[in-house]
Amino acid sequence: MSRTVKQVAIHRESALEKNLPETNRVKIAVKNLSFYYGSKTALVDNNIDIVENKVTAIIGPSGCGKSTHLRVYNRIYELYRNQYAKGEVFLDGQNILSESQDIIELRRRVGMIFQKPTPFPMTVFENVAYGLRLHYRLGRAEMELRVERALRAAALWDEVKDLLNHSGTALSGGQQQRICIARAIAVEPEVLLMDEPTSALDPVATAKIEDLITALKTKYTIVIVTHNMQQAARVSDYTAFFYEGRIVEYDHTDTIFTNPKKRQTQDYITGRFG
Amino acid sequence: MKGNRGSNFHKKTDTFFRYLTASCGIMILVIMAGIFTGLVVNSRLSIERFGVGFVLSSAWNPVTQDFGAASSIYGTLVSTGIAMIVAVPLSIAIALFLAEIASPAVSRIIGPAIELLAAVPSIIYGMWGLFVFVPIMANCIQPVLQKYLGFVPLFHGPPMGIGMLTSGLILAFMIIPFISSVTRDVFDMVPAVIKESAYGMGATTWEVSRHVIIPYGFKGILGACFLGLARAMGETMAVTFVIGNDHTISPSLFAAANSIASTLANEFTEASEPIYLSALVELGLALLVMTFVVQVFAELWLWMVNNRGEKGI
Amino acid sequence: MKLRSLKMRKFFDLAIKMAAGFSAGLGIVVLCWILISILSHGFKAINWSFFTNLPAPPGVAGGGLANAIAGTFLITVAATLMGVPVGLMAGTYLSEFDSDASKLVLLIRFFSNVLMGIPSIIVGLFVYTILVRPAGHFSGYAGAVSLAIIMLPVVARTTEDMLAMVPDSLKEAALALGAPRWKVTFHIVFRAAKSGLVTGSLLAVARVSGETAPLMFTALNNPYWVFSLNRPTPNLTVTIFNYAMSPYPDWQQQAWGASLLITVGVLLLSVLGRLVIRERKS
Repeated sequence: MSRTVKQVAIHRESALEKNLPETNRVKIAVKNLSFYYGSKTALVDNNIDIVENKVTAIIGPSGCGKSTHLRVYNRIYELYRNQYAKGEVFLDGQNILSESQDIIELRRRVGMIFQKPTPFPMTVFENVAYGLRLHYRLGRAEMELRVERALRAAALWDEVKDLLNHSGTALSGGQQQRICIARAIAVEPEVLLMDEPTSALDPVATAKIEDLITALKTKYTIVIVTHNMQQAARVSDYTAFFYEGRIVEYDHTDTIFTNPKKRQTQDYITGRFG
Repeated sequence: MKGNRGSNFHKKTDTFFRYLTASCGIMILVIMAGIFTGLVVNSRLSIERFGVGFVLSSAWNPVTQDFGAASSIYGTLVSTGIAMIVAVPLSIAIALFLAEIASPAVSRIIGPAIELLAAVPSIIYGMWGLFVFVPIMANCIQPVLQKYLGFVPLFHGPPMGIGMLTSGLILAFMIIPFISSVTRDVFDMVPAVIKESAYGMGATTWEVSRHVIIPYGFKGILGACFLGLARAMGETMAVTFVIGNDHTISPSLFAAANSIASTLANEFTEASEPIYLSALVELGLALLVMTFVVQVFAELWLWMVNNRGEKGI
Repeated sequence: MKLRSLKMRKFFDLAIKMAAGFSAGLGIVVLCWILISILSHGFKAINWSFFTNLPAPPGVAGGGLANAIAGTFLITVAATLMGVPVGLMAGTYLSEFDSDASKLVLLIRFFSNVLMGIPSIIVGLFVYTILVRPAGHFSGYAGAVSLAIIMLPVVARTTEDMLAMVPDSLKEAALALGAPRWKVTFHIVFRAAKSGLVTGSLLAVARVSGETAPLMFTALNNPYWVFSLNRPTPNLTVTIFNYAMSPYPDWQQQAWGASLLITVGVLLLSVLGRLVIRERKS
């Protein structure tokens, strides 16, 4: 029997009360962020504090700027010439949008998982080791150790330990996505960005990845964009509701789903639009 | 309704339409078969006289009527080899530049400009090669090569400007636009998500190209190289102008040589004796077989690549 | 973990970027060099008598290539009249009957691609064996046939690609109205793909008008006016070859002039063709 979003949120709220108080250190502080595709404005004056070692969900109707906002955190938009950002984004107090920020180092600290699984044209082992090879000088033994560790953390080790020399593209969609996650966490980033990571997967694979996210947040700060509200309610601690490029409301997930302060949020949650 | 033609008429015209277009298509097969037949039949004299040894013999004497294909085949292979060694890395570099490095504005100008090079007829390359490039080879490049690398047998002999090396270079210029434009299309087909994934891991442009883009498009690039290879082997005018038309096989790249195509072009009008003509036709047959094999292989390869689907490997 | 040197990685990246830019620059330099050479040398040869006079013996002033210009034009037109319609029909077959007779279509498509890669000198040799040798003489017709054979697969494949771009819904709508297949193809699909078909033909014509080798075995050359294609026909490309290889400076000069003409013609046709395609794509 499926639960409504509200029921899920209430369940979690009571579970939270049993836990120890949390340290609410801000990992990423966004100040007055605006974003443009050429002359078109996509994000307007975003302000948000992403909390360390928590899962923050970004929800909203399609086209509202969720992915655009996420993609600012690792400056992946710079691949495209007519896209640019204004404002400040502080990662541990350092503005990553400034000219002096080294992009390669930024992307080592901030990893990204995409909507479509993107295994590289190499073996499973090579895929997971890719980031390690890029950034670090490691011996073979240590490389193998870290690859195994990453695959275990991604709950994939048992399934692929005999397939390490097979092509990364030869596995199922859910497994490919977990390879991408293993690849991302192998370099020990601080933040994981996930852009609708399960929208291309079946329910079983989706559930596995949602469990993974919950397990991973103890080590990483996770920001996840999702168009699936139930997923946001299940998985995240904080939720930001975007509409037309603005952050309408940002609060604890339970609050957003049980007692939203803005009318628009309420309308979206109850399915009145989007 | 008045004037209704009835479905029978239309059926007949449709059938006619089908046969008409089909026969035009079959023409292509007929021509392909015809080319082989025509050349085999007309080289019969030579095949009977020289047999298999024709391919191995380096003789070429119109007076004693002793002919052999070895020097021509050697020239075709070596000049093509030089062309490929120079053209492939340059083409990949150009394709990478246009696909990944240059801004869209720059690509929009340089891309079509390089494709324009492909439209220039080969005889124009020959003219430019003979009158402009050869003097530069003779006066600047070959002397320098001889000065620093003269101990290598490849660079012996007088720097005349014409010869194997020059024709190889001109061939390279001719096939670069072709290979680079096909390679660029291959690079453009790598999905944006895959590229973003690699950049997102903190890789530089070169690292993304080397680890992800080139491997992803490797098979397509190989196919493009095969097609370029076939083109270089059969290239006539550009090579004929600058290769020197000499039937001796020499290890030096500065030496005059000949290719199958240049021999045909240079000597065809002088072939008075039937055996001479037949030997020339047999040379042509050899070239046909060589290019046909490479082409068929390339086609099969590309067909296999395309039918494996979007797996990227 | 020990970090790899970021400086080294960035240095390497920059070095490769510069090498790639240099390669592209080299390509552009070669292109400009060739075009400028053709322009500067050829320009000197272009004058009124170039276009109106017959070739003169070396050393005699006032020679021209009027007959060769006319000859190239005639041969190219004849080749186009032979090659383009057959190519259009063949391409139509490949596109329209792909599902009905797929094995034959695959075979034809495969060998179209292979035929496109067969050296043009071999095509010329082939036409020599079937048209020149039996007839006992060279002819402009044989030249046109060899060019038509070279054009045929090019036109067929571009036709197929252009027709395939016409959306199926258009064809189905016409068929649903009760139109017979051939009418759907010629009245509707052709009309929709019109600019693409024209481009394909233009590009094929551009390609063959610069060909030399096939004509050397078929049309040969001729220093006089020619009023019938049934004899050796003068043409620009073989003339360039003969004049350039000759030891006479004024003949070499004329070879440059002819080269300029050919280059301008071929490039114009190519650019025109590509512009039409670009318009179509947008």
